[in-house]
Amino acid sequence: MSTSTRGRGQAGKAPRQDADTARAARGMAAQRRGGGPPWAGVGQPAEKPSDFGPSARRLIGRLRPERAGVLTVLVLCVVSVALNVIGPRVLGHATDVIFAGVIGRQLPSGITEAEAADQARAAGNDTVLGVLESQDVVPGAGIDSRALGLVLLGVIAIYLCAAVFGYGQGHLLNGIVQRTVYRLREDAEAKLNRLPLAYFDGQQRGEVLSRVTNDIDNVSTSLQQTLSQLLTSLLTVVGVLVMMVLISPLLALIALVTVPVSLLLTRAIAKRSQPYFVAQWRHTGALNGLIEESFTGHELVRVFGRRREAGEEFRTKNDELMSAGFGAQFVSGLIMPSMMFIGNLNYVAIAVVGGLRVASGSMSLGEVQAFIQYSRQFTQPLTQAASMANVLQSGVASAERVFELLDAPEQSPDPAVPAVRAERRGRVEFDHVAFFYRPDAPLIRDLSLVAEPGQTVAIVGPTGAGKTTLVNLVMRFYEIDAGRITLDGVDIATMSRADLRSGVGMVLQDTWLFGGTIFDNIAYGNPGASREQVLEAARATYVDRFVHSLPDGYDTVIDEEASNISAGEKQLITIARAFLSDPSLLILDEATSSVDTRTELLLQHAMAALRSDRTSFVIAHRLSTIRDADLILVMQDGAIVEQGTHEDLLAVRGAYWRLYNAQFAGAPT
Amino acid sequence: MLLRLLRTHLGAYRGPLLAVGGLQLVSTIASLYLPRLNADIIDNGIARGDTGYIVSTGGWMLTVTLLQIVCSVGAVWFGARTAMGFGRDLRAAVFHRVGTFSAREMNRFGAPSLITRNTNDVQQVQMLVLLSCTMLVAAPIMCIGGVVMALNEDIGLSWLMVVSVPVLVISIGLVIRRMVPLFWLVQTRIDVVNRVLREQITGIRVVRAFVREPQEVARFARANADITDVATAAGRLQALIFPIVMLVLNVSSVGVLWFGAGRIDAGQMQIGALTAFLAYLLQILMAVMMATFMAIMIPRASVCADRIGEVLDTVGSVEPPAAPVAPLRSDGELVFDAVTFSYPGAVAPVLSEISFTASPGQTTAVIGSTGAGKTTLLSLVPRLFDATGGAVLLDGVDVRQLDQEVLWSRIGLVPQRPYLFSGTVAGNLRYGRPDASDDELWAALEVAQAADFVRAMPEGLRTAVAQGGTSVSGGQRQRLAIARALVRRPEVYLFDDSFSALDLTTDARLRAALAPVTAQATVVIVAQRVSTIADADQIIVLDDGVVVGTGRHEELLTSCAAYGEIVASQLSAEGAVA
Repeated sequence: MSTSTRGRGQAGKAPRQDADTARAARGMAAQRRGGGPPWAGVGQPAEKPSDFGPSARRLIGRLRPERAGVLTVLVLCVVSVALNVIGPRVLGHATDVIFAGVIGRQLPSGITEAEAADQARAAGNDTVLGVLESQDVVPGAGIDSRALGLVLLGVIAIYLCAAVFGYGQGHLLNGIVQRTVYRLREDAEAKLNRLPLAYFDGQQRGEVLSRVTNDIDNVSTSLQQTLSQLLTSLLTVVGVLVMMVLISPLLALIALVTVPVSLLLTRAIAKRSQPYFVAQWRHTGALNGLIEESFTGHELVRVFGRRREAGEEFRTKNDELMSAGFGAQFVSGLIMPSMMFIGNLNYVAIAVVGGLRVASGSMSLGEVQAFIQYSRQFTQPLTQAASMANVLQSGVASAERVFELLDAPEQSPDPAVPAVRAERRGRVEFDHVAFFYRPDAPLIRDLSLVAEPGQTVAIVGPTGAGKTTLVNLVMRFYEIDAGRITLDGVDIATMSRADLRSGVGMVLQDTWLFGGTIFDNIAYGNPGASREQVLEAARATYVDRFVHSLPDGYDTVIDEEASNISAGEKQLITIARAFLSDPSLLILDEATSSVDTRTELLLQHAMAALRSDRTSFVIAHRLSTIRDADLILVMQDGAIVEQGTHEDLLAVRGAYWRLYNAQFAGAPT
Repeated sequence: MLLRLLRTHLGAYRGPLLAVGGLQLVSTIASLYLPRLNADIIDNGIARGDTGYIVSTGGWMLTVTLLQIVCSVGAVWFGARTAMGFGRDLRAAVFHRVGTFSAREMNRFGAPSLITRNTNDVQQVQMLVLLSCTMLVAAPIMCIGGVVMALNEDIGLSWLMVVSVPVLVISIGLVIRRMVPLFWLVQTRIDVVNRVLREQITGIRVVRAFVREPQEVARFARANADITDVATAAGRLQALIFPIVMLVLNVSSVGVLWFGAGRIDAGQMQIGALTAFLAYLLQILMAVMMATFMAIMIPRASVCADRIGEVLDTVGSVEPPAAPVAPLRSDGELVFDAVTFSYPGAVAPVLSEISFTASPGQTTAVIGSTGAGKTTLLSLVPRLFDATGGAVLLDGVDVRQLDQEVLWSRIGLVPQRPYLFSGTVAGNLRYGRPDASDDELWAALEVAQAADFVRAMPEGLRTAVAQGGTSVSGGQRQRLAIARALVRRPEVYLFDDSFSALDLTTDARLRAALAPVTAQATVVIVAQRVSTIADADQIIVLDDGVVVGTGRHEELLTSCAAYGEIVASQLSAEGAVA
């Protein structure tokens, strides 16, 4: 995604520039979507170069806190692999014992081994001769079952140990992977808290969600499945190779040829499939975004008869996801057959060359048998590692998307030594403040104002005049582009955000309640509050009244769509929440727009009490709610065009006067 | 459920699946044939010292190998096609099924869970199908082929397989049985992670304003720890599987050598056969191991399949009529006939016995205190919910008997929360009527008093809108939502407190402009401000779900105490200054 791609290069630059970048990125994100209607299938984002290597390395790098564990895993793995590798070698001895028995039986009893060898030489029987030369053969005797039994018991012991070590390794690794993924989620969450709001304005919610749920989940599955396999496979290759060299350097050489061939082939294929994997997860994110949005606006989709169109858009994105997924799986799916092919070629070569060598007497049959088993063991881990390729590639593609999120430019960090207000009185001053998303479209232009402690400052003006933006700036949700805002004489840019915001109570136009009880939602304003304080805030804001009519009272769980509570009631809860936080500066942005006027009137009194000793900013359309304000600011197009008290402003018969009169144009007399 | 899902949704891929099976069969037989040829080299070539035989058999092995790769590549192609197509179909099925849900079902599952089910859960099942196509088809073939070939080599040793394979299957089965409940938890906890995160992003301003980041981080950390715990527990069981398989595999080969030795000693078996038997056993157990690899995925996939099935099996509580009734007229007359509504499980009804008629060409206003049931009343018209008693009639027909698309095509709804979709202004306006011309859009914007600010936007109609409409102010959002409904030109307009974020000047202008446009239509307005509805033809005063007054403004002032109170509450403040 363009936002985060840009971010990678930008991270770590001057804080101020970051905010700008974020905003520019937001513009870009907006432009990208600007091409057509949202459901007509968003234009495909530019193909992003996939960098498997760096992302994979970074993913491995995230295992660093688990160094000790990883080391233990490695040791266990080496032991278990070594045991698994020795196993066939010992088993090969068993075959030799059997073979020796078979040959011995064919020979007349009573002669020595040397005599038997002479006879074989005389008869021109090279095979028997070969066995006699390499094995202890007792002519006339059958298979030595005691020796065989001992060898096999040894083998069982070896495999038993291998299994125990193997489990230990898997157990440890599982913990390592899970803890690593835990940290990845933790980092993503922490990151979301450091991102500027502009980031979320330019992103679909479902897209961001997909990175933290689908992508991280995929990373987890991939690591879990591949790490152990990959480690075992690679070590097995090395171990088996050692054993092969010990048995027959020539055959080992043949087997060895397959290694670079396999590596090159895997690399070539993986390089081609990686972009598909990146695309697959990008499309997953896009689809998740569409799904999230469709499910959020579910009612509208239905009532506006958009199900078919939403379905069409879904189909397009779904098809895109399918083709990317197919490309990824097919291309990377080629790795395994290719490996098997190379493995089989190797098998054929060893069977032939080994056969010829036994025939010529330079090798024992048991050795060839062990060798063939080794060569299978040699190619099998290669094949297995290769079959992991698609899982691994997919995981790395997902990791890349998570890293993109982690690399997105952050809001400017709080100053190292944040300025602290000497006194908390709530004096707010805007000093020639300007703010714009885009340079040519300023939202706030050269705005200056002073709100004295304890004053109620009302902001009125047509919709879109910049009233809410003003509030956003006080909260430092966005960084201003010129001028400065001070709180009690301290530039808010030099304060820590937590310090700034903790003194501010805010009630927004868009109510937000989380899935939990009404009580918890109110208590959100001040987690330290006692039950009695919460109930008191509820009573003061008339939440108590409607809560009593609910079957579960304060324990009523507000569900997903909050359909069990009306919009006005939700607003009351958010007011109660701000009430409980007991701030020195109160911001009410259309806080009561959905509340009926009778309740509002009652609420006014409560609010008046709440406002009495603190500075408050009130945005309201019902001028009745702001008539008593100490200062009324009339905003138009991002600037203050008039300010004064209600009476002053009516007297000048300007913008406020017009607004005020309009209010009664259709009103009852 | 997993099987049912596979049966119903893989049906379309019978052809490719057969191809996968066929190709895998050939490829597997080819790889099974290799040890046989190898045994030939040992028994016939080496034993007789026939180098020519060794070389020619080697050549034959090469040919078989080539055949094998061609077939496996083909199998991968068809397999990937099938799996990805299956995933696509399943996603579409879930998406479309959710499309038929009413608000009730949406609440029952919760959007975050539905989102997870539609992407993550499908992903898991799709992965299983993919691996099945590349491995599971091969595994039984390899297994059976291996058994046949091994028996062919020596029947006397076959009892070893009769022992080792069930031992393997049972022990793995036991482990998997314990994994299934854990994976249920894994998926539910992904839902929780999704929910917490979605709430945090939605409420980011509030979280930051109240400096609750630490609490939110802690809340997320709990969800994170919960999912990590179950995933770790599941992973531990998973780690058990491979060592078990390896152990059984290796002990079996030891058994082959021990008992094989006895048979060779007794002269019942050739040594080449022993080598081949060992190779086949290895092959069979490899197959079982591959199946194990799949088996690891089955618990999670089956849990996911259950969750998907749950969605697919849910029928929207607002069902489309079996035999839709076509209304005889289409003027848009709306009648509420003794309508009662209560949420499931709730004690008291939200609305009881509501009766009134909203006639075409008239404006009907609904006013009442917070929580009086105004929004619920409106939502019964487009069947976001169905009345639990009485009926809502449009043009004389119960809305439950109308074809849903027909019903919706006649309604223009402006919801209380004016949600905008991410995209452009134009795209949002055309939401209800994709073929509307730019001129029509501008006309609607003029009426909605939104033309000025849209014109002032950097790219006019093409200006981007963020998801939910967070990039424009609340008032602008409401006006765009109103324009969106106007573009539809419906017979019935439902305004749910749609003027609350407008300043009074704009409100008045908007209503004045609206009058001629909606002259022929039925207009229902829910409002808080008396000024917004004072000139309505009919005002319904709702209190606690009951109609306490019906009439015009002047009539109600004298006849309805509740209305009088509402008016007084607004006049006492504003009138005092006037």
